[in-house]
Amino acid sequence: MDMALTVLTWALLMAGAFFLLTGALGMVRLPDVFTRMHAAGMTDTMGAGLILAGLFVHALSAGDQLVAVPVRLLLILGFLWFTSPIATHATAKAALSGGVRPFTLAAAESGDLPESAGSGEEPGGARQLTPPGDGSGAGQSGEEQGGASS
Amino acid sequence: MFAVTAAALLVAMGLAMCRALLGPTAYDRVLALNNIGTKTVVLIAVLGFLNGRPDFLDLAIAYALINFIGTIAVLKYIEYGDLGAPSRPDGRETN
Repeated sequence: MDMALTVLTWALLMAGAFFLLTGALGMVRLPDVFTRMHAAGMTDTMGAGLILAGLFVHALSAGDQLVAVPVRLLLILGFLWFTSPIATHATAKAALSGGVRPFTLAAAESGDLPESAGSGEEPGGARQLTPPGDGSGAGQSGEEQGGASS
Repeated sequence: MFAVTAAALLVAMGLAMCRALLGPTAYDRVLALNNIGTKTVVLIAVLGFLNGRPDFLDLAIAYALINFIGTIAVLKYIEYGDLGAPSRPDGRETN
């Protein structure tokens, strides 16, 4: 029983660490602020959630202070799960209101949307997409978005 | 196992700090700092278990509150240019 709880704690903590590292890698490599919000939201939900669940299982298996520690862990978890979407929504609203365009929309308006625009191959380039060889390489979304502006 | 989790948290915070330093717009920096704050909350909780002092969870709760309010305040200041303004100063409708 104790062994099973230890294994469960290990599994939850390592899964949370995996989601944390994946989200952090996405925050570095994804091309603009809206796609980076996706990676940050995954970190907040799954990474913090799984790690705090692992700590919860460990606190239950340790058995001491049975009221204080798990209840506080649940408080932290609930608070993070309420505030993280609010903060992400406020960031998206402020970015849209501040004039940041989503990178597919900006690339379609300037007419240089490459075919693999969603792959995020540029690690440091924010909205600097690599120009394609010819203008006919614009994708389907580029056609419908670029038609309105041009 | 808590040490491994704390190391993963520190690596993730380092990557998010790279984004906060590189970020081309202010919103990237705010998003990265909010993310670092969330990871700090989890790191404080993990460090409490690592040191055998679960009292650190109170600090984690307080830090979560401060982080959320700070993020919202900075975003409102960036968006409206004033912390008390009900709408945009140029009278444009907000969406």
